[in-house]
Amino acid sequence: MPLFDRKDKSRYATFTRRTLLVSGGMGAVFATLAGRLYQLQVVEGAEFKVRAEDNRVNVRLLAPPRGRILDRFAVALADNRRNYRVLLVPEQASDGVKPTLAALSRIIVLTDRQREKILRDVAENKPFVPVTVVENLSWDDFSRINLQLPYLPGVQPDVGETRAYPYGEELSHILGYVAAVSPDDKKHDDDPLLDLPGFRIGKRGIEKEFDAEIRGTAGVERIEVNAYGREIRELSRDPGVPGADIHLTIDFQVQDVMAKALGDQSAAAALMDVETGDVIALSSTPGFDPNLFNVGITTEQWQALTTDDHNPLMNKAIGGVYPPGSTFKTAVALAGVDAGIATPDFTVFCSGTYKFGNHDFHCWKHSGHGAMNLTSAIEQSCDIFFYELSRRVGIDRIDEAAHALGLGLPTGIELPGERAGLIPSRAWKRATFNQPWEQGETLITAIGQGYVLATPLQLCTQAARIASGKRVSPRLTRYIGHHQQKRPKIEPLGFSDAALSAVRAGMAEVCNTPSGTAYSWRITEPGFEMAGKTGTSQVRRITREQRLEGQTSTDNLPWRFREHALFIAYAPVDKPRYACAVVIEHGVAIQHYQVQMARDILLFAQKRDPVNLPAAWPVAAASIGGKG
Amino acid sequence: MNTRHYAAARRTRSIGEKLFEVNWGLVMLIALIASVGFAMLYSVAGGHFEPWASKQIVRFVIGLVLLVVIACVDIRLWMELAYPAYGLSLLLLIATTIAGKVGGLGAQRWIELGPLQLQPSELMKISLVLALARYLHKLSVEEVSHPLTLLIPLAMIGAPVVLVLAQPNLGTAIILALDGCSLLFLAGLSWWWIGPAVAGVVASVPIAWQFLHDYQKQRIMTFLNPSSDALGAGWNISQAEIALGSGGVAGKGFIQGTQSRLNFLPEKETDFIFTALGEEFGLVGALALLLLFAVVIGYGIRIAMSSRSQFGRLLAMGVTLNFFFYILINASMVMGLIPVVGIPMPLISYGGTAMMTVMVGFGLLMCVHVHRQIEIPRSAGTIL
Repeated sequence: MPLFDRKDKSRYATFTRRTLLVSGGMGAVFATLAGRLYQLQVVEGAEFKVRAEDNRVNVRLLAPPRGRILDRFAVALADNRRNYRVLLVPEQASDGVKPTLAALSRIIVLTDRQREKILRDVAENKPFVPVTVVENLSWDDFSRINLQLPYLPGVQPDVGETRAYPYGEELSHILGYVAAVSPDDKKHDDDPLLDLPGFRIGKRGIEKEFDAEIRGTAGVERIEVNAYGREIRELSRDPGVPGADIHLTIDFQVQDVMAKALGDQSAAAALMDVETGDVIALSSTPGFDPNLFNVGITTEQWQALTTDDHNPLMNKAIGGVYPPGSTFKTAVALAGVDAGIATPDFTVFCSGTYKFGNHDFHCWKHSGHGAMNLTSAIEQSCDIFFYELSRRVGIDRIDEAAHALGLGLPTGIELPGERAGLIPSRAWKRATFNQPWEQGETLITAIGQGYVLATPLQLCTQAARIASGKRVSPRLTRYIGHHQQKRPKIEPLGFSDAALSAVRAGMAEVCNTPSGTAYSWRITEPGFEMAGKTGTSQVRRITREQRLEGQTSTDNLPWRFREHALFIAYAPVDKPRYACAVVIEHGVAIQHYQVQMARDILLFAQKRDPVNLPAAWPVAAASIGGKG
Repeated sequence: MNTRHYAAARRTRSIGEKLFEVNWGLVMLIALIASVGFAMLYSVAGGHFEPWASKQIVRFVIGLVLLVVIACVDIRLWMELAYPAYGLSLLLLIATTIAGKVGGLGAQRWIELGPLQLQPSELMKISLVLALARYLHKLSVEEVSHPLTLLIPLAMIGAPVVLVLAQPNLGTAIILALDGCSLLFLAGLSWWWIGPAVAGVVASVPIAWQFLHDYQKQRIMTFLNPSSDALGAGWNISQAEIALGSGGVAGKGFIQGTQSRLNFLPEKETDFIFTALGEEFGLVGALALLLLFAVVIGYGIRIAMSSRSQFGRLLAMGVTLNFFFYILINASMVMGLIPVVGIPMPLISYGGTAMMTVMVGFGLLMCVHVHRQIEIPRSAGTIL
């Protein structure tokens, strides 16, 4: 065509060439895009899938119900109480947060501080996050709010769970308590539950000792959330494993009697089955209200507990160590008989004073007891007899006997904070003071003074071992959940029958002959009589000067310098079933309160006889169906 | 004289004949791609036509009508309208930019025309292609590279690019510049110009950086180091990549994309809809869409090559490349290959203006196809 010149052809050729070039470029771009898609979706696909899941799934931990702590008849000593609380969802509060709170405060009491905290929580969280308004409401308050609910938009009643100790102080030292998790707790425990807000863990007692078992295993709830964190739906729910119930050997009835017997003294007592070592009651007074620590203790309450000279936070039954005083003479007596020294013919004349080297050793009875044999020396607690006996027996055999009775070693009770006490020996003195043992110290040791220290539970164990002749050890737990607690095989004690009989005879006379030190407070009911051994232990030495001034008693000194009053006992006297020990700190008095307490406890325990009652677990639980 | 030449080129055909000439296969392909868009809009709305899919369908139908109408208009009319359209677009662009600056409203990209919002920058994409094609139509290969004749098209490109940059709208400015430059390239611009120009652009990057707005700089910095702003601007990029990546090969299934359904995905119905597709249909779905796009572009190239006029060729390639640049920038952006620059995925993303630009572009492409046999003399263009 004439209209088109050559140049148009060259234009077309250039255009075609360059279009092909551009097409190639576009092809390369598409190849690059496809390659990038391959990289994202295939090569890194798995990683991005995880990130997408992380995005959309919030994992929420569910606290499992904490196991209960039950006595041997399934009385709940530590239980989970319903925690009635009220939550507020700010975005649903169509009247506004402040007016809603004002409306709420017409129904329940809201302090200004609470109100401030609620408003702060509301400000810090997304508007769909429920904020706790009040917890631990009474049922009355809770139902009043429920009634008014139609007029309180955004208010959500909620029932949670919290720990409750229905018997307060009486069991505080056995159960311990639960409290908020401290940073220290997290150092040794990586259980994710510890990070749950409001989670409580065991801090003392059984709650602490068996925390892992009682706590259970965290449940997991997987919730789908959107980009703003709003919950869309629940994806899955694993309720976790509830904590195991702890079945104690304690009989709450006896525990109650024991706690009431100890009263407001600074004292400790233990009662156990002489055949099995089952601890039926274990008390340390004063106690504290374990519920305080769960709800949150105030500074004033904490001050009161820590500054009290009766030391309510200490479990004196296992953590208090006392010179055992004359109760220790039973150990010396056993060693004496088995050493062949304290034969039935062996007598010592007590003049009230015993010369040893340059020292005068006194009997508690200044006028002297006259001629004493083993039985009468135990009965009247003659010091002179045991000075002479111990001098002959020697510290090594006394140590051996004391250890056989369970002194100087932890009993292994299932509670934290148990102390070992102390039975001094040559090796111990060498290691501690780098000095040789002196024989005078043997004499002091023989009457349970000097270095000797024992816990009330050790004393109770000692009584049980003398009564049964078996190496029983105190045990507090029968079942952890469904698992029976293992008991070591109970071995014989190792003393000869002659030795045991002699000591038992002495202890029987302590309570049951008029000259016995505990005769006035014996059990008079036939068949329930007890045998025992009294003891007093010096807190401060009576000086020679004081003695010359006629002071032989510490009753008139300030409380903290008075002597400790001790008593170990078992009953019934001829066929022992229960052993008991009572220690009253600085509790020496003419009335021998510690003996009266042991008498009341032992009499009640024998009459009730919890050991021979059918225990509630596993029998009762099996009839309900148990775990299934 | 011209009219005689036009008439001499080929006799005027009836509307019916022209409709018959329309490449309905390409129209079906476009409709298919748009339907993928409807499906995705339906999905990201949680399985509802409201609020996006229904409106998008209406827009597409209007666009389809527009496409066919434009296709049937004589290409020479479009050629005659090229300069006036460019002039009008430029005026509107100046008006918006000035109004935006004076009004102090920050980014001003549209003019309120009663209920309608007119985006002059979108209009300019079409007008620039038309005007450049018209201008380059008359030039021989040698003339294109002549410094004086080259000044005019460079000014035609430069003016709107500068105005759009000032709005500021970096994405559209880049597309305009790419559209214009590629037409110059196709018209036969000498490599002696191209080489130094590319070198110049590369060298001027540090200088250009100075002129970028803070938010633009921020986007680029975030792109280069997404973790620097993991919860701010980097959030978009990383969430988009998570959406795509978690789709894997086969995808999570229709309406099963967690990233889009739970709002982790930013602008899921507009700029980032491709990632929603990648999440729900996986590599298979994403590649299939890219393939459909490639086939449309292939059609465009074939139509350009078969046109017997330089205007038709340049116009066809211009609108095809415009379509391609949309895809290139959007896909690269959501895949984390380039910084985020607010460009939608053509035919897929929700939005009216881009849909209209693309459909008008396809209308012009179809017009070239329908009138491929018409030869327009080189000199003819000078008369108007």
